[in-house]
Amino acid sequence: MTAADIIAALAPAVPGAAYEPLASADSDVTPVILVPAEHLIATCQALQGPGLEYVAFSDVTAVDFHPARDPRFDVVYHLVSPHRRARVRLKVRVNADVEVPSLTPVFPGAGWPEREVYDLFGIVFDGHQDLRRLMMPDDWEGHPLRKDYPVQLRKDAQTYMPLQVTEEEFRANVERDRHVRTTPKP
Amino acid sequence: MGLETDYEIPVVTTTAEFVVQWARRSAIWPVTFGLACCAIEMMAMASSRYDISRFGAEVFRGSPRQSDLMIIAGRLSRKMAPALRRIYDQMPEPKWVISMGACASCGGVFDNYAIVQGSDQVVPVDVFIPGCPPRPEAVIYGIVQLQKKIAASKLDQTPKVRIA
Repeated sequence: MTAADIIAALAPAVPGAAYEPLASADSDVTPVILVPAEHLIATCQALQGPGLEYVAFSDVTAVDFHPARDPRFDVVYHLVSPHRRARVRLKVRVNADVEVPSLTPVFPGAGWPEREVYDLFGIVFDGHQDLRRLMMPDDWEGHPLRKDYPVQLRKDAQTYMPLQVTEEEFRANVERDRHVRTTPKP
Repeated sequence: MGLETDYEIPVVTTTAEFVVQWARRSAIWPVTFGLACCAIEMMAMASSRYDISRFGAEVFRGSPRQSDLMIIAGRLSRKMAPALRRIYDQMPEPKWVISMGACASCGGVFDNYAIVQGSDQVVPVDVFIPGCPPRPEAVIYGIVQLQKKIAASKLDQTPKVRIA
């Protein structure tokens, strides 16, 4: 199924979306489609429909084209159809100040990959329930995989652990444990 | 040290300092702690082909509270540095640190934001071993150098100055 076939199948399900097939070295095995950010969730829901069945979320990553291109980022989604043994690649072009809708309502497994993209590229996913850093320390400044990031950064090494929970969370955990232990089992 | 033969049983005289340091340097227990590919060479050093037990340092302990030596084997990331420091702090005195390989000693080829450029920023290092990775013989040589250092150190030496 080529990118044009997939776009033709999507068109009735997502009215008004302007898709565009993109060229790629492997487009014969993995069709590449440019998706407008506002139609991303509807597109992914439609891609799970009969005939397409892209029900498995494989990965989300990003590419930074700074300073050659504006918008600078490509957010790249890989979806798999295990039934048809087919793959599709969706690209969303955004700038750093634009939020991309989170795919977690459609694919719960997208949570951690989206955290990784947020951590390393600083792309904010709208609707993500727990958008924290995944790779870098919690108190890190900047997003290292951006092209304008100072890679050979000189910084003093931290020798202490940042506190993982706040005092309120700690007290709430203790209270909850005490409640569980003191409540008689039915 | 001297051999006294005037008595019925021969007696060896020496200093308490020599005996204590002899005991310390002859039974160095490293902590089981590997960070990257250098740890593979460290394991080879402990296995039968190179056999670090010839030098009395083969007892890798699973707990830092039973260890004398920390071999920083591999690149130390900034996120790992607090964990390494916590393990070092749990080791009882006297304790020694070997920085194994180029990455642990100076960052090596990883001149970037994620890797600590020299583990001596985090813990006081006694011996640096060059190499990428060092061969097991080089690590054994480093341990022998550490043994010489321990033998030459004074018993009443105050604990090392700690960083940060």
